[in-house]
Amino acid sequence: MIDYTQKIREIAARLLKEGTVDMVIGFRKGTVPMMNEPCFIRKPEEADRLVWDSHCGINLANYLYDRKEKIGVVAKGCDSRNIVTHIVENKIKREQVHVIGVPCTGMADKRRIGALSEKDGEIREVSEKEGRITVKGDSFTKTFEKKEVLQDNCTTCLHRNPVIHDEMIAEPVEEQTGIDPFEDVKRIEALSPEEKRAYFQGLVADCIRCYACRNACPLCYCPTCFVDESRPQWVGKSIDPTDTMTFHFLRAYHCAGRCTDCGACERACPVGIRVRQFTKKLNKDCVELFDWEAGLTLDERPPLDTYRPQDPNDFIK
Amino acid sequence: MKWIKIEKEDFPRGLKALAETYQCLGPVKGEKYHDFKVLDENRPPDFDFLNTPLSPKFLVEPQSEILFEYTLDEKKEDAHILKEAQKDLPPRLVVGIRPCDAAAFLLVKRNFDTEKYKDPYWVRAYEALTLFGLACQTPCAACFCTTAGGGPFDEAGLDALMVDAGDHFLVKILTEKGEAACNTAGWENVVEEKAALDAAALLKETAESKIASTVETDNLKQQSTTALYDAPFWEEVSFSCINCGTCTYVCPTCWCFDIQDECYGCSGVRMRNWDSCMYPLFTLHGSGHNPRGTKLHRVRQRFMHKLKYYVDKYDDGIQCVGCGRCVVSCPVNIDIRRVCNLMNALPDPSTVCPV
Repeated sequence: MIDYTQKIREIAARLLKEGTVDMVIGFRKGTVPMMNEPCFIRKPEEADRLVWDSHCGINLANYLYDRKEKIGVVAKGCDSRNIVTHIVENKIKREQVHVIGVPCTGMADKRRIGALSEKDGEIREVSEKEGRITVKGDSFTKTFEKKEVLQDNCTTCLHRNPVIHDEMIAEPVEEQTGIDPFEDVKRIEALSPEEKRAYFQGLVADCIRCYACRNACPLCYCPTCFVDESRPQWVGKSIDPTDTMTFHFLRAYHCAGRCTDCGACERACPVGIRVRQFTKKLNKDCVELFDWEAGLTLDERPPLDTYRPQDPNDFIK
Repeated sequence: MKWIKIEKEDFPRGLKALAETYQCLGPVKGEKYHDFKVLDENRPPDFDFLNTPLSPKFLVEPQSEILFEYTLDEKKEDAHILKEAQKDLPPRLVVGIRPCDAAAFLLVKRNFDTEKYKDPYWVRAYEALTLFGLACQTPCAACFCTTAGGGPFDEAGLDALMVDAGDHFLVKILTEKGEAACNTAGWENVVEEKAALDAAALLKETAESKIASTVETDNLKQQSTTALYDAPFWEEVSFSCINCGTCTYVCPTCWCFDIQDECYGCSGVRMRNWDSCMYPLFTLHGSGHNPRGTKLHRVRQRFMHKLKYYVDKYDDGIQCVGCGRCVVSCPVNIDIRRVCNLMNALPDPSTVCPV
């Protein structure tokens, strides 16, 4: 990972020096353990600010649109798929971004690591080496195999390598195989309607309507979100359970066929709601009905925003 | 001011006696985290926590609060009358609130309870509280209370301060409300031995020395407001912000709310809900103009309000108690400590040569 940091710095400095890009968007070291902060640099000499490790889970595709500059962006597999989605949805032009591809071995789940260390005390320091993550507190040190403490979405990720890039910082990593990304969805599908209702009600019981999930999501770029509309007002603004549920379900449907399961929503949630439980069912449907995974190709629009006169289904005619 | 001793094994008995007079609340361990809940025999307080991820400000300013109700059903006597919603506001005893969160109520009070204006809902809810604080003996890594005007054993805003001394609590009674609650509970074992009080003082000193993170605030008052507003760092500070409301919702001193009317059939309510200066809608005018149209505007506003406007207006420190919640919960790691230090250290523009 340290090599990744070095390589990212070299590339960023070169791109800025050559004038290939006006700015590079990447991560700088965070101020709390297991957090790095998205940042930009504009000068080659600022390249030393950039870092890379297993705490770069935020999706940087979120920072690319509505800008005028030519942008270099550090992108792992999921970020690159959201960049593809942005290009297909005309949020950015392919030629405006220079994708610095990062082969990814998954991002650490700070909540899982926190929970596994809860009895020992608060984590004050974190480091990683050769696939192991070590956390330190006032009176303990604990080491985890990184693969044991990955974000849930990373454990089922099938596209760790960027799908588009202008240059790669390293050789591609081996993709995970033999994984069923939808095991959890199948479990929910098997529930009765009442059980499903109870399950989803339980999921959002703690929601404080802060919209961190929505705002961390690269897909949620509507100028005015439906929950913020007031004429007409589609959904109430209190923490009434029906309104909260409406927000989560509708947001998920707006992401149907576009979600890359990057995990930004879950990572952002301050109360630990498993937000992906809403979007994953739609991802599964898209695979089964349309053989579609979002963000893999620049040549095709997502299935739910296309129409073909020769569509075989009757209902559409 | 006197100290009493409560054996931990006697604590549940005291709470039971208190429940006759008060609605008792305290930190309860949930599936994912600790939160302040109403206590009963099956739901005892759990004091083994650093701090709750959500601040207890909701005890006084709930996230959603109904203010008025009406009905248009003419079969009812009070049809067409907008009436104040009736609320049950028993005396409430909160055990285990952290000193930072109790002190936060005092900062918020400046907004809701002034000579000229009183927010009746806030004032009534606040006055119904008796606060038994729990001194912080293991402060969190992101806490910076000692340089934000408080401390892990700070007494401001509390009616009593409990110090965990192993098998018992040493409790400093600070107000008449605190005294009354102790009498109700039957907690009357006065401690006068010097050794016990020295032990509490030592625990305080140890806790204070554990607060490793700090903010610099000495310069904020004399900084020029316009220079801070135009400071070069806001683009860089606000870049990562995703404009969610997490920082403001977890903050014990953020007090902004929005008024909403909701109707169901022929009846309805007027309510207020927490609002956040991070949301574009917060300042959107009816004309469509938004004076804080970009995230830079909004992030700057949050920090300017807490660290400059408030400082200037009340001349009593920053509008922050250093609880560290926003630092820990921000999904993108925007850190108020860093921003505060940048603001405090901004060079006086009149002394900087514009080369």
